[in-house]
Amino acid sequence: MTPSHDVVLVGGGGAGLRAAIAIGETNPRLRVAVVSKVYPMRSHTVSAEGGAAAVIRPDDSLDEHAYDTISGGDWLCDQDAVEAFVKESPEEMLRLEHWGCPWSREPDGRIAVRPFGGMKRMRTWFAADKTGFHMLHTLFQTSLKYTSVQRYDEWFVTKLLVADGRVQGVVAIELMSGKIETIAAKAVILCTGGCGRVFPFTTNANIKNGDGMALAYQAGAPLKDMEFVQYHPTGLPFTGILITEAARSEGGYLINKDGYRYLQDYNLGKPEPKPVFRSMELGPRDRLSQAFIKEHEKGRTIETPYGAVVHLDLRHLGEKLINAKIPFVRELCLKYQNIDPVRELIPVRPVVHYMMGGVHTDINGATPLAGLYAAGEVACVSMNGANRLGSNSLPELLVFGARAGRAAAEFASRQPEFNPAILAQAEDERRRLERAFLQNTGGRERIVTIRDEMQKTMEESAGIYRSGDSLMRAVEKLRELQNRFRSVALDDHSRTYNTELTSAVELGFMLDVAESIVHSALRREESRGAHQRTDFPARDDQRYLTHSLAYRNLDGSCRIEYVPVTITRWPPAERVYGK
Amino acid sequence: MPDRISLQVLRYRPEQEAEPTVQEFEVPCHKDWVVLDGLNYIKDRLDGSLTYRWSCRMGICGSCGMTVNGEPKLTCATFLSEYAPGPVQVAPLRNFPIIRDLVIEMGDFMRKLPEVKPWIIRKEEKPLAEGEYLQTPEQLDDYKQFSMCINCMLCYAACPVVGLDSHFLGPAAIALAQRYNLDSRDQGAAERLEVLSQHEGIWGCTFVGECTKVCPKNVDPAGAIQRYKLKATIEWLKSFFMPRGAR
Repeated sequence: MTPSHDVVLVGGGGAGLRAAIAIGETNPRLRVAVVSKVYPMRSHTVSAEGGAAAVIRPDDSLDEHAYDTISGGDWLCDQDAVEAFVKESPEEMLRLEHWGCPWSREPDGRIAVRPFGGMKRMRTWFAADKTGFHMLHTLFQTSLKYTSVQRYDEWFVTKLLVADGRVQGVVAIELMSGKIETIAAKAVILCTGGCGRVFPFTTNANIKNGDGMALAYQAGAPLKDMEFVQYHPTGLPFTGILITEAARSEGGYLINKDGYRYLQDYNLGKPEPKPVFRSMELGPRDRLSQAFIKEHEKGRTIETPYGAVVHLDLRHLGEKLINAKIPFVRELCLKYQNIDPVRELIPVRPVVHYMMGGVHTDINGATPLAGLYAAGEVACVSMNGANRLGSNSLPELLVFGARAGRAAAEFASRQPEFNPAILAQAEDERRRLERAFLQNTGGRERIVTIRDEMQKTMEESAGIYRSGDSLMRAVEKLRELQNRFRSVALDDHSRTYNTELTSAVELGFMLDVAESIVHSALRREESRGAHQRTDFPARDDQRYLTHSLAYRNLDGSCRIEYVPVTITRWPPAERVYGK
Repeated sequence: MPDRISLQVLRYRPEQEAEPTVQEFEVPCHKDWVVLDGLNYIKDRLDGSLTYRWSCRMGICGSCGMTVNGEPKLTCATFLSEYAPGPVQVAPLRNFPIIRDLVIEMGDFMRKLPEVKPWIIRKEEKPLAEGEYLQTPEQLDDYKQFSMCINCMLCYAACPVVGLDSHFLGPAAIALAQRYNLDSRDQGAAERLEVLSQHEGIWGCTFVGECTKVCPKNVDPAGAIQRYKLKATIEWLKSFFMPRGAR
């Protein structure tokens, strides 16, 4: 008998768990399933460090948060989505407080807030510098109350099942047994996070392979604004471990090999001893990562075995503040870099961190494909535009996780039972997995070879700066890799917990996502936010104040279309920082 | 430091063999490589069938706990060079059934966790419009360390009682119950008392303290359990003198 649910969530991180609880609250009779390839508390939300933005202070306003977000996104944000986000973020964050999230506090017991990059006011809530960890565990532990939520822990989804023009279920591998099963659903919400592992050097966990993006893309739903890849300016070399922006909002300096605060040379304001909002080290991430490349071209970075770095200087902050406000930064530096930031400089370089793009959704998380919803990093609502501001992604999980949960619940309650046609599709998928991977002994390619070549291609061709030439090369190389992927060979042909099989499926997902990124980037002949074209260095609102939509054609090729950006109250203007 | 180091990895492939075996691999021993990097090298280059869990590689997701040279460790936070010249023995966490190779079955913990009701319980919920529950930094400190648990299961692997009594709730679940009991916003301690004060709750613990020693996040489950034993005893004594409603 095929297990059947009203709503199936793929992914059990912040967005998935918030959506699950929202459904439980909206209609406790609905049967909800959380299908996740890892135990929910292992989800990558756990790694978020610095904080979560929501207006709470009397000197702040929703309009200011909206303006910071929209200018930070280089006017590519849909402003109706941003307005909904800034309005609902404070109540969502308070709800998490009521659920027990250990937010850091002022001495009088109120919620404490800190400044963050690109933000004009203090509005970033934090739980020391393990904000994502605490949010995820609070959501997970709270979700245990809701008995209507059934979990499929360590089940890996390989395909969406579509019949009668709507999504009606998924095919998933139960890792422990290796069984390939159908899970029917009246609505599916993708909450699988980002795809940082498409690149070689990333803060993203090993599980971030763009699963949900590829599932949607392969089912015919478009991916929006995939050319916008965020590099975070401060990753540890070699490991790519993130040193949170909070290190700079608490007063850290970025300095070059001469000890000079080089950001002053890049139109980001003048150096002051204390942090200044929207200035210098508190500029937006895209501009800071771009400044690093320019600084490197001037020969003012420091060479290391793992590439060029600059230094993050926290020494002047003192041990007490570091231990109180950014203890995880110190822990990570000590454990993984053998450096004590109380006394030493931290080597940092830009590192792939976040996808602004994702599955195209409306303001309620609905995709153009009926019955399919998406929320969190996997989705592109779009509230992040061409560059996301630090501390906006965690509240995004809550606001749009809850919205998608409510919308999917409402949709599911109007649908009939599933069409048995999906069972035949599921059988085809089971056969495909068997033939292409488990029973295929004739292949010559190793997973790691193709993965390494894909990652190298993406770094060289679609990094912080791109050009038409580099992107054309990437298009050709990825086609070649797609072909070679067909003869990939596995060492492991067993059923039980076969992680080589899941790695192979993930590699297939990543190749599709990588293609959507390079095609979207190739077609956008302008520079905006995180998408910088050396051959088209200026922003072009005449042609490109639009969202790109990448569709997968039946032959596997990629087609790009455009839809307009929603402008409500903030007409496009110049992005100004440091003034 | 040697260029290469030997990893002696426990293998168990239930479809092929009845008993675990040990397989030896040689991997590069770079200064900044952790044990997990060695395992990834094996999986990518030498034997794609080697099976283990990992994700964040920064000590926060809790996936990659294994037994390294006899001790429970997060393999992402354990440098190969610490064990030079080797060999390094890598085995699954103790006290759990093995699914395959280095992957343990942790469903037992996942079933025990909800029993301690690890969520905020209140008689009356304050409306959101009235804002946050005030909580001073001192009140936060009362429970903060117990909120740091990443569910990595190292403490279950280290605990001698978990090994003997499968009904024992275990260190992490009890620490998480205390995390909520000590939270100034919570009013659910009485509800949690029942499950915690059973024999399999806190009383199973013989206070060996290994859980606290191996915790990679400096949580003190042993302290939580001792503190709770005291509280449970007081509650038990009180029950002789006071009617139930007055507690």
